[in-house]
Amino acid sequence: MERQDRRIGFLSAAPIGLILLVSFLAPLLVIGIFSVMPQKVFSLLNIPDFSSYKLVFTKGYSKSLLWSFGMAMTSTGILFVICWPLAFGMAKVFKSFSLVITIAVVVTLFVSENIRLFGWVLTLMKGGLIEGHLRTWTGFTFEGALYNVPVIVFGLVYAYFPFMLFPLVQGIAMVPDDARQAASDLGASRWQVFREIDLPLSAPGIVIGGLLSFVLAAGAMAESKLLGGQTVIVIADEIETAFTYGQNWPLGSALSIILILIIGSLSVFGVSRVNLDLIMGGKRS
Amino acid sequence: MKMPRAARAALYLYGILTILFLYLPIISVGFASVSKARYLTFPIKRYDTKWYGKAIESSTVQDLLWTSLSVALLVTVISMVVGFFGALAFARYQWRFRRTFQKLILLPIFFPQAVLGLALLMWFNALGVIPSWKTAVVAHLVWISPITTLIIAIRAYSFDPALEEAARDMGASTWTVMKEVTGPLLLPGVVSAGLFAFLLSWGNFPLSLFTTGADSTLPEWLYAKMVSGYSPLVPSVGILSIATSIVLLLCGVITMWLLRPRNKFSSAHTG
Repeated sequence: MERQDRRIGFLSAAPIGLILLVSFLAPLLVIGIFSVMPQKVFSLLNIPDFSSYKLVFTKGYSKSLLWSFGMAMTSTGILFVICWPLAFGMAKVFKSFSLVITIAVVVTLFVSENIRLFGWVLTLMKGGLIEGHLRTWTGFTFEGALYNVPVIVFGLVYAYFPFMLFPLVQGIAMVPDDARQAASDLGASRWQVFREIDLPLSAPGIVIGGLLSFVLAAGAMAESKLLGGQTVIVIADEIETAFTYGQNWPLGSALSIILILIIGSLSVFGVSRVNLDLIMGGKRS
Repeated sequence: MKMPRAARAALYLYGILTILFLYLPIISVGFASVSKARYLTFPIKRYDTKWYGKAIESSTVQDLLWTSLSVALLVTVISMVVGFFGALAFARYQWRFRRTFQKLILLPIFFPQAVLGLALLMWFNALGVIPSWKTAVVAHLVWISPITTLIIAIRAYSFDPALEEAARDMGASTWTVMKEVTGPLLLPGVVSAGLFAFLLSWGNFPLSLFTTGADSTLPEWLYAKMVSGYSPLVPSVGILSIATSIVLLLCGVITMWLLRPRNKFSSAHTG
């Protein structure tokens, strides 16, 4: 029985393992090697000189990195605050309404992200849904709300909303009602119940949700391009430019590697602290 | 801890407002798609559905639809099969590298997609493969097959391993167990995973951007037209793409509903 489990386990993991090996780990290795190649070469058969990394730190690319991570952190913070009450409602208060919200949110995920962002452009631009109607109905007008940093953060919050919401719901559902009841019977205020019971016991959901929205926002590009115009250049944008217009693959690879290292270490750190069996509905073992 | 009535009402209201907020941009695109004017301004003065007609007649749009459809269908089929086995390895069997495997599966989901697309482009170049819609299938699979694995794994967690053991004790071969017990038990998970796979591939943009080569998918074309050289077809093509997703979603939900009665073990799990 045990032996058979081991063999079948390995065999079942093989197909997806193979896909990830050939088309995930191998490409990462390739950009890893490209990143140490001399400037503007297109082959892996050169003598490494690490010049791209020097360029990254001298040519002000750290600014884009800071923008990306700063905006990602801000949007993750905002997401936590706006998702918590809703997630709490979905896990503990709503009954069938919770299913309605789940379906409504999942359906938006199936609409291409750039169509939705384009929708925000139409909504927020001068002469758009909001400004246009406001002007005809009240005569009041303003200069559209696009092309600045706050609107990019707004776009990130909008785009990654489900990635914070669902893990939080899952996390809050893991908090036993008895514990909350007991704390409140013993005289804990609402705020204390939140801090001492809800927060620590739903931590796995918070970690996954925070990690997902942060990581996805840090690597995002469409929000800053469509909503932000060219107000700030984010890191993913720099990477794309280096590969396409810049025709400098080593530089693009070095930038990617830096982004991957930061994101990767965060994810590995976060994921290793969470019991995946438990959060996905398995039994405590 | 009973919640006061007012707080409950406020939470419900918050939920409704959130849904409205999520759908507001889609509503805007919907209005824009039926505006008669070539250069759109709100409020819309005259409504017209001519852009839909033009979009459907356009051979460019037909090509885009076809490419997107081919990619999504292939991705769906492959990721369902791969996800089925992956989910068993993820959730069900106790084998040596299970924990490592679980983490490996999560990594592509956490990965910035545009960067993944570029990395794949480098890789294809190193291998001498010319990018086309077929390479986009590979790119989509890297991201989507972990997702189907997770969806099916949720289902796999909820069934009792004793069912499989019982079948094996009664002399069923590994293949028979798979076909008669595991397969039917996981079927609802596999169907919803397939639905997710199709819809996520259909709408995906960052992975396609660098990996389709000379071919182009619907979301890629839309993006190109949004960033430069706006076309009045953009809103109507966007709505057509959304409509396709919704029709498929409905078909999927109906399939799931039809599969329900046959799934006689589902109430037997001890989860």
